[in-house]
Parts: sequence; C-alpha cells; structure tokens
Amino acid sequence: MAKIHVEGKVHEVNGADNLLQACLSLGLDISYFCWHPALGSVGSCRQCAVKQYKDADDKNGRIVMSCMTPASDGTYISIADEEAKEFREAMVALLMTNHPHDCPVCEEGGHCHLQDMTVMTGHHSRDYRFTKRTHNNQYLGPFIGHEMNRCISCYRCVRYYKDYAGGKDLGVFGSASRVYFGRAEDGVLESEFSGNLTEICPTGVFTDKTHSEHYTRKWDMQFAPAICTGCAVGCNISPGERYGEVRRIENRYHSELNGYFLCDRGRFGYGHVNSEDRPRHALIKREGQWLALNKADAIAQAAAVLGGHKPLIGIGSPRASVEANFALRALVGAENFYAGVSAQEAATTATCLKVLREGPVPAATIKRIEQSDAVLVLGEDTLGTAARVALALRQAARGMLATMSAEKRVPEWQANSANDIAQHALNPLFIATPVATKLDEIAAIAHRASVSDLVRLAQAITHALDASAPPAKVDAETAAMAQRIADTLKAAKRPLVVSGTGCGSAALIEAAANVAFALQKLNEATAICLTLPEANSMGLALMEAPALDAALTRAAQAETVVVVLENDLSRRAAASTLDAALAKCTVIALDHQQTATTATAALLLPAASFAEGDGTFVNFEGRAQRSIQNFDPAYYDRHVATQESWRWISALRAATGKAAWANLDAVMADAESQIPALRGMSAAAPSAAFRIEGAKLARAPQRQSGRTAMRANVFVHEPRATQDADSALAFSMEGINSTHAVTRPAALIPFAWSPGWNSPSAWNKFQAEVGGAMKGGDSGVHLFKHNGAQSYFPASLEATDGLTVQLIHSHFGSEELSSKAKPIRERIPQAYVALNVADAQRLGIEHQALTRVELGDYVLSLPAKVRLDLPQGSVGLPVGLDGIPPLTAGAAVRVSKGA
Amino acid sequence: MSLRSAKDPNYQKPLTRLIDVAAGPLQLAGFEAEGGYSALKTAVKTLQPQEIQTKVKDANLRGRGGAGFPTGIKWSLIPMGPNSGPKYLVCNADEMEPGTFKDRLLMEQSPHQLVEAMAVAAYAIGANLGYIFLRGEYVLAAERLNQAIAEARAAGYIGKNILGGDWGFDLHVHTGAGRYICGEETALINSLEGRRANPRAKPPFPQIAGLWGRPTIVNNVETLCNIPHIVNNGADWFKALSQGKSKDGGTKMYGCSGLANKPGCWELPIGTSAREILEVHAGGMKGGKKLKAWLPGGASTDFLLPEHLDLPMDFDTISKAGSRMGTGLITVLNEDQSIVSAVRNLEEFMARESCGWCTPCRDGLPWTVKIMRAIEAGDGQPSDINTLSKLTRWLGPGRTFCAHAPGAMEPLQSALKYFRHEFEAGMAVVKVPESGDVCALPEHGVGAKADYAKERMKWVNQ
Repeated sequence: MAKIHVEGKVHEVNGADNLLQACLSLGLDISYFCWHPALGSVGSCRQCAVKQYKDADDKNGRIVMSCMTPASDGTYISIADEEAKEFREAMVALLMTNHPHDCPVCEEGGHCHLQDMTVMTGHHSRDYRFTKRTHNNQYLGPFIGHEMNRCISCYRCVRYYKDYAGGKDLGVFGSASRVYFGRAEDGVLESEFSGNLTEICPTGVFTDKTHSEHYTRKWDMQFAPAICTGCAVGCNISPGERYGEVRRIENRYHSELNGYFLCDRGRFGYGHVNSEDRPRHALIKREGQWLALNKADAIAQAAAVLGGHKPLIGIGSPRASVEANFALRALVGAENFYAGVSAQEAATTATCLKVLREGPVPAATIKRIEQSDAVLVLGEDTLGTAARVALALRQAARGMLATMSAEKRVPEWQANSANDIAQHALNPLFIATPVATKLDEIAAIAHRASVSDLVRLAQAITHALDASAPPAKVDAETAAMAQRIADTLKAAKRPLVVSGTGCGSAALIEAAANVAFALQKLNEATAICLTLPEANSMGLALMEAPALDAALTRAAQAETVVVVLENDLSRRAAASTLDAALAKCTVIALDHQQTATTATAALLLPAASFAEGDGTFVNFEGRAQRSIQNFDPAYYDRHVATQESWRWISALRAATGKAAWANLDAVMADAESQIPALRGMSAAAPSAAFRIEGAKLARAPQRQSGRTAMRANVFVHEPRATQDADSALAFSMEGINSTHAVTRPAALIPFAWSPGWNSPSAWNKFQAEVGGAMKGGDSGVHLFKHNGAQSYFPASLEATDGLTVQLIHSHFGSEELSSKAKPIRERIPQAYVALNVADAQRLGIEHQALTRVELGDYVLSLPAKVRLDLPQGSVGLPVGLDGIPPLTAGAAVRVSKGA
Repeated sequence: MSLRSAKDPNYQKPLTRLIDVAAGPLQLAGFEAEGGYSALKTAVKTLQPQEIQTKVKDANLRGRGGAGFPTGIKWSLIPMGPNSGPKYLVCNADEMEPGTFKDRLLMEQSPHQLVEAMAVAAYAIGANLGYIFLRGEYVLAAERLNQAIAEARAAGYIGKNILGGDWGFDLHVHTGAGRYICGEETALINSLEGRRANPRAKPPFPQIAGLWGRPTIVNNVETLCNIPHIVNNGADWFKALSQGKSKDGGTKMYGCSGLANKPGCWELPIGTSAREILEVHAGGMKGGKKLKAWLPGGASTDFLLPEHLDLPMDFDTISKAGSRMGTGLITVLNEDQSIVSAVRNLEEFMARESCGWCTPCRDGLPWTVKIMRAIEAGDGQPSDINTLSKLTRWLGPGRTFCAHAPGAMEPLQSALKYFRHEFEAGMAVVKVPESGDVCALPEHGVGAKADYAKERMKWVNQ
C-alpha cells in the first residue's frame, strides 16, 4: 500500500498501480481512452493528464499522464487543477477534430466511452472549422461492423486484438492523422474473440453487427445477469432485450472468470432465443399433426399420461439448469432419472468431477490459468471446447512479459515497455494433442500423438516428477521430452495442467490428473483445468444419474413414458438406437427449440431459454452460478406459454397431487435437501426476498422509454409489469440502480451503468479495485473443494486397432444452441473427414475428395481433409456439424475412397 | 571545403581534416596513412572500456544530434561486466532535420572515420553488434559506408577477434524508409526491429532496454566521429578545441541554409557566433537583403532575431536566448519572406511526419496547418491566433508522448512572439455593405473575396 495525496487529501492506494488506476479505484474520475485494465498503459491518448507536485510545498507542479505515472508513496497530485482540466478538455477537442459527431445515428451512442469522457471533460463546443479526414470502411464478417471515421486512434483495438488475443489480421496502417485501424483488405476477422472489439473500442468504430440487425439503445434495453450457455466455463453475460427479443450480449465482468472478454460463440450465439420456429405454445400430436393447447389443457394432458400407470423415466440434460434437472428427477423419482448424455460423456465428465472433488489439486479459474507460468495441455483443443480457456492460456504465456519487466524494474502496467523488453519471450506452454491447435504457435512444444500415446507421455511426465509413480513404456525421444516438460513444470512457480473431455477419454483425464497430483506434491500452487462438454455438465454430473444408454435400454423393454428435458437425443445416440428404444414409448418433451427429439414427442411443453428463465449452472471448476431471467415473453403476448422446465414440472406435480414449488428458491431448497452434492447452490445469488432499501433492483436503465407504448398495438392500457417471483430483480426501470449507495451483490448486477459512465467502462464503479474483484466479491459459489484423498489413478490404456474416431471440436458449430444463430452459421465449416496423410495415401484418398465413411449404422459421404497433424489411425470428425452423426471417440470407423 | 592537405591556421578540424570533396573519400590505405584506425588500435590494445568512457566523460562531449546530452553520461548508464551482453551500438544517421546536412557530409566524405568511431565506441560500451540507421535517401552515403565497412572487415577492424584480441564487433548499414520520427532514438529502435516507428515510453531508457530489449546506445554520427579523436588526443585537447568560445569542448559542424550567398557546412570551434557563420562563412544575405529571423538548428528550434547573431552558438547560450542550438545548422529568412508561410511550411512537414501515436501531435499539428493556410489565404479569423497559441501549449513539452510536437511548436510560438502582426494581417476582411465599415469577421464568415472563398477553402483543406 502507498499513501498518495490528491487535492491535499491523503488516500491509501495499491502502490503497484499507476495513478490512473489508483484514482479510479478510489472512485475519483479521470478521463482516459487508451488505458484499459486488461491492457495496461501506453500513454497514447494523453487524456488522463493530472498535475503532479514534487511535495506538499510545490505550488507549480507539472502535467503528467496519470496512466504512465506510478502511484508511489508520497505522490502529490491534483485532478481538479485548472491547467490539467483545460488540457483534458483540449485533448477531447483535438480528438473531435476528426470525429463525425454522428451520435444520433451511431450505434455506440448511449454506451459510448467517448461520449462519457467528452461530457466528463466539459468539452461542449467546437473551435475547429475545417474539414475532417475520411476513411473507407471494411467488411469484417458477420459479427463486426466497421466505421473508421469515428476512430479516435486510441490503439486499443490492435493492442487487444494482436497483443492480447494473438490475432494477426487486424492492424494499424498509415501514419500521422491518417492512421487506419482495420484489415489489410476486406474480409472476415479470423479471431474467435473478435467480438470484444465492440467493447474495447471506446467509440463506434467496431460495433456489434448482430445488434445492428435489430438495434436498440442501451438505455432502452432490459438486462439480466445471465450465464453463457456456450460451454462449461460459465462466462457471465448481460443479455439486452427489447420487445421480447434478445438484441445483444454484452460481457458481464467477473474477475475470476471472463474478466472483460467473451468468445464469439458466446457473444453472437444468442439467435436461438429469437428464432421464429421456437415452440412457444404447448403442442400435442394428433394424427401426426401438432395441435396447440393452452397451459391448463397441456398440464391436464401431461398429467393424464403420467398417471397412466406405465413405467416412467426422465432424461435430463447438460444444457438445462440444475433446477430443471432436479425437478425432473423429483417428478420421475431418482431411480428413474437419467443424465441424458452418452455413456462416454457421462464417464469422462464423472472422471473430471472425481479428479476435482477427490483429488488434491484445486480447479483453476480463468484468472488462475492466466497467472500460470508453465502449462501442460494434454489432449484438449480448448479453443473448440472452452474458448475462454484458450484466451487465458495466451495470457499465461504472455506472463513472461511481467517477469522480464520486473527484472528491469519496469512496472507491469507499462504495456509497450513490457513488449519491448520481452520481445517474443513467452512462458512455456506444452501442447500435446492429437490435432493441431491455434495455440501451437505460442507453444514451447507442440506435440502430436494419439490419445493412447498421450496417456503414455503423461505417465512418463508423472514418473519424471515423482519416481514413486509407475514408469511408462515410451521411446527415448518421448522420454526426453517428458523429462524436459517435467523439469519445466517442476521449476515453475504456478504450474497448470489442462485436459478435459474433448478427446472422450477417461484414461487421458486420469493421466493428466496424475501429472497434476505429482506436481502438487512438489508445489502446492499447482492447479488443474478440466474442460467439460456443456454449460451444465458439471451440475448434471453432481446428480450422479446413469447415462442415456441405460435409459434407452430400459425404454426399449416396455411401453414407457419418457420425459425428455431440453435435450436433442439425436445428437447423443444413433438414430437407429433411438428409434428402436422409443418406438413404443410416449415421449413428453420440454424444450425451447425444435429438435429431432421434440419431433418424436406426443406432447411438447415450451421451455424457457436462458433468456426467459431462472436457473443455476455449475461450471467446469464446480462453481454454481445463477442465471437470471432477462424478460417475460408473456408480457408482450399473453398466449406465449414459455416458462422454465422446472415450472412446468412444478405444475405437473401439482396436477398429480404433489406439492408445487412456489419459486426458484423453493426448488433449490428441495434440491439441496435431497442431493447433498448440491448443497450451497442457493448461495450463488441472494434469494428472491432480497431487497436494497426495501426495493427490488431494476433490470432496465432509469432512462428506459416507451413502456407505455410497447403493447399499445395489443391493448391501449399498459399492463402491470410482470412480477418476478424468482429473483430480487424487477422487470422494470423502477428499482435500485445505484452503484455506490449500497454494495450490490455481483450476482444481481444486470448491466454496467453508473452516473456519467454509460459504457462498459462503468464496471470500474463496481470493482473494489479497478480491474480486480467486484465489491463484495465475485459471484458464484463452489459446490465442492478438492480434498486430497485421491492418489494416482492406475494406468489404463485403451487399446486401439485400425482406424478410430478422433473428435474434432469446432469453435463455431460443435455447440448445439449457438449453431442456430445466423451469423454463427456463416462461420461454421462444412462437414469433413480428416485423415492422416499416410492413411490417406494408403487408402488412395486425395485432399478434398469425397470419401465414404462407415460409422456404425451410418454411411457418410464427406470431403476429405488430408492433414499432417492427425496421428496415424485417427480419423478426425467434427463434432456437431450438420451431416455428422453422434460420435463416440475411439469407435471403429471404415474409410474408403469414393462417395 | 578545406582540402585534405590544407591546415587551417586558425582552427583545428579533426572531423573534416581529411575531407576533400573534389577528390572523394579516402580509401582504407589512405585513411590509415593519415592515422586512421590508430584510435581503435590504442583502445583495443591498451585501454579498458571503462577508461574510454572516462575520457569521453572528461571531454564533456555533448550529443551532436540536437539535444546536447552529455555522451559520457549516456554511456555510463549502460550495464557493464561479463554478463551484461548482448548490447548494441546504434548510429543515428537518419538525418532528416530540415536544413541539416552535416552528417551526410561526414558519411559521404569520411566513411572510415565513422566506422572506426563506431568500433571504438562499441568497444567502450562492450557491444558486439552495431547498426548505422541511415536516412534512406542517402544513397551515396550508404554505398560509401558499406564499402568502408567491407574494407575494414577485410583488414580485421570489424569482425571477430579484432586486432587479434578476444573482442569482436560487426556493423551493418540499415537504410530507413523515410520517416522523420526515426531520428527519435526509440522510434529508430522500433523501426530497426521492423515495427512501426513510434517512439517508446521512457523509462526504460535504451541503455537498459533498447534494441531487441537489450541495453543499447544510440549516438549521432557527428557525436561518434569525435570519439577516435578524443581517444587519440585526450580530453584536455578536446576541450581546448573550442578556444574558449564556449564552456563546451570540441568543434561543431555548423552550417547555413536559406537565402544566403554561400550556403554550406563548416567545422568550427563550438561557440562560434551565428554572425561569423552567416557573414564570414556563408557570405552574408543574398542580394544585400536584411536578415529577418533565423532558426539556430533545424525545424524544431525557436526563431531568433538579428539581435541574437552575436551569441556564441552552443547548447546553453542558445537555450538562454529562448531557443535551442539543435543541429547547429542555421536557416535564415530575409525581410521579404513571410513568416506565416515559412512556419506553415514547417508545420506541414511536422504534421506529415507525426507518427500518429499521441493525440496532440496527430490531431493538433494538422489543425495548425489548416489555420495557417487560412491565414496565408487571408481567411484567418480573430480566434485563430488564440487557437494557435493554445495549440503551442497543448502540444508543448510534457504534454505529448515524445519531443516531436513540442519541437514543431518552437518555430510557431516564436513566430507568434516576434511576428504576431504578420498573423494578424491574414485575418479575413469584409466590407459590410450597409455601413461601409471594414471589419474582421467574427466567426464562420465569408471573406471579402467571397467569390473565391470556395476555391480557397478547397486548397486550405486539401
């Protein structure tokens, strides 16, 4: 800590910060552009000028840039000094000489950092009377709009895109007043993290194109603190809604998880919420035709089926909330509840849970991943399965910048100096995977091997770390590599092991865990990151239900009523198996999408998507997080019956004589009492009874307009806003909106706003220290803690023979819901079969040639990708793409030339 | 230019003694015959690096690139010792200062002098690799330097085990792509690394983290060329070269451009007066015109007046007079030349050469240009002069990321100080038909030359 003097008043600050960060953390406003908590200082915009004095007696002082000046003990500054104020206003005046002043037609307007800073500095009229420079705009793909004339040249975009996210196709061109930020030529931005440009850009140069399609100002949207359903990381998101449509997804700051950044799958994959063909009414099938039912009739019909004395089973889902899964389990009985994932997925997920819950090594948060100084990635292509992890691994590698800067006594926040000093030096990242990954380019070793060889490599590393672990049978080259990796991990201060379910191999996860366990004996700071298949895979795994295969076996035995919860079973089991199992069954489906499974149902109950419902999701580290409802679709259309699956089931319980749940809190209380593993989940966010100053918290900004007119086309009277029984938030702009009067729990902050701060920079006001944890702590609660009991897993090698399936995960396309969004669809590759070049030559298959792939019952015709990276014998198939059946890793596959 | 054999009776000219423009530069043998590479031999065979550093510090050699920073102090910040490498020596030969052409003369006419100088300096700081960052247009200098380096390499002055010792030094010529900002040492380093030529934040200074993140010394051509002579003749000899004209030691490459009778470049004792440079060496003002104002050393120095001509040209004296000596090559304006046009021309250059990194420089300089174009065209507005003087503050020292914009403001602020009336004369004037009064337009008006206003604004804004 350091004491600094601002306007003669003493403040305690973090002496390692720069003055700008320190002052912002104190709640003192200084305008800035080029600085960003995640990107550090470069001193380019000259906006954060303050007056610094030598000591208490110095009356003259000099102008310094607060972002470039350390907040060292005994610093005397003035923010209010007239000369400093004039200079800050002057800098805005200069930026404005080329800014088009097009706020009324600019999509950034209303959440624009430039607007906020302009108002903050008091710049209100223009002396500049000459013409402005103009630029051409570029086509940057389906996600990002480009309007270069608004650019104020703060350089944040390129610093984020290139330095932070490792992108290569966005740069700064030209010089002087003609500097241009864009691509060398029009084209789709390559990075999977391009969406963050919309928040990094302080003005409207890079905007969200998907938002543009149905644009609404920030102040006119309604928000909610939600959890991304794109993968198991559980990034915190802030969906913005208007007229019953999600209009955009913004990042919702969480210091341990997503920080300031989301991946493009998460940000732009919300289209399934708005899609036209969603089931919004209960439907019953009569002679092959769907017939709409009202809610009461639907409940009565379903209750009749359930009460019909046929055997009853329930199939849960890793993309549904804990509450929805628990409700189904309560409805059908624990012994009749199944996890709704393949046996392989259930096994690998359970292995991850076992490693994390019963092993001695803590699960890494995204922040912990970023702080790692040596990493072993075993098997997992994180960009495809948990993209935010991949971005964090880049920061782990870049951690070397801070280390080398420190040696030269340069503070970590001096971003460009750190780059200059470290040049291209990186912390060691060892990537041992069957398929090439985008992170290979920053890896100390990028090693390609089959899953079974990776298991052996991990065994060798484990043995090199701990001689008491069994040795591995590997060749000399692999042994040497294992030794090098072991030595590096051993020397690291904060080593990390990354693996996951992506390869579909429990043996690989266990082998990775063994490495971490061995490291942990040497270094208590060791962490492990295991990625999981879907948003609530962990929540489902905690319920320890048998897999889908067991459910189908049972369903095939007798005429059964099968309740399928938010699950497209055709993605998980072969069509022939499903058809055979369900042929005589009555299927009741609850889902918010039309799927192959809902098509086979006798009754379809329209479930809420994440935007219309409340529920808890447990992420890959075991953190339970509440995802709160964004809007009530019935407010706009009384006929819409969409509600949370658990609420449908609650009504079904009531109809069959059991007690209904009053609200989400009641479901959680039941779940916690019946399933010990879920205990504590209700602490993820305050209950529905929570109030601040006796009031609920507003979901919409104070200035939201048009509520009276919103339904005027339906009925002239404005109905009462929907009352939210499940959370402490109100569907309204009425309620608590303040950032400072009371510490708001992070789990209940729907959007970033504070007086004078309309842009995402408003997160400053919610953080205890700018760029750090939220006031009152980050949201979510860990449902378990590593306990140290588990010792090494015994080596288990899955014997492979002949050609087998290797799963390939695609950032765009492998996840079900995001793949329904139109802009995401533009980025999804065509289905293909990937072959090792030697295998392809042996089979006489040329690159791009149509190839016959026989997989169980399926015979596919796919274009071949002949690749150098795949191990011989592995046949790579992209998970979840159109034309690709459900895949089992390691399954035998026949590949032959010709369609 | 002095002939090779001619010994000027009044001055010693260590830097240019061997220069004969008509005969061309000396080849290696000729250079050696005149004592060339003796300093390198002395250094490598008899001196410790630290001893050379001490000599340079004692000589109080001040950087000849324009800032006048003591070279010995710059060197003393570089880490020495067995584990301090790799380190680099970079010669700043990106001479793009308007009106400055001294380094060009030294490199084109005495390339071996620089090669030897760099070898000695590299030895003194323990560097094993050096670069000459050369202005791209200096094609002849590149050719001659490369030839000299090749000769020196063949003779064992450059390369491994120089003069049979353990120490090795290699040297490369890197030609720039034509950016003024590359003369700023950290922008130069970025450019040399293949990055955008944006200046770097300091600290860390290049001595700690420079080229490729390693300790680096960047010195100007003329500065380096003095080193062998200091090694050969000692600090006291060097100090005496100024003949008491300045408390600084050594000679200085002075020059004169503009409407003088004989523009040129001369090596003179440091502290020689501008009057001697202009009247004796440059032959006075052309056509007998009166001197109106002069820039002491490049486009980023304040204008001085005829009354300042007798001041000794050294760093401290010219600073006290409200300007900077800069490169020491003066530019003169005669009584007929418009100060507004001259400054507008300089600011156009400076605006174009801004790297675009920081706001005041990138967006402020074009604004000064547009205002001055308007004033030149008689379309100025009363608020313009106020805006210009505000810009000189906003773009002043400490406000910007590097010294580029503050330098650019120096001629402007001094022009406003000494010749404000010339700016006022450029105000738009309009006849108001009703009263017949003549008045300046307050804001956004159409000038008296309304018919041409559109055409003119097109030009102003181009």
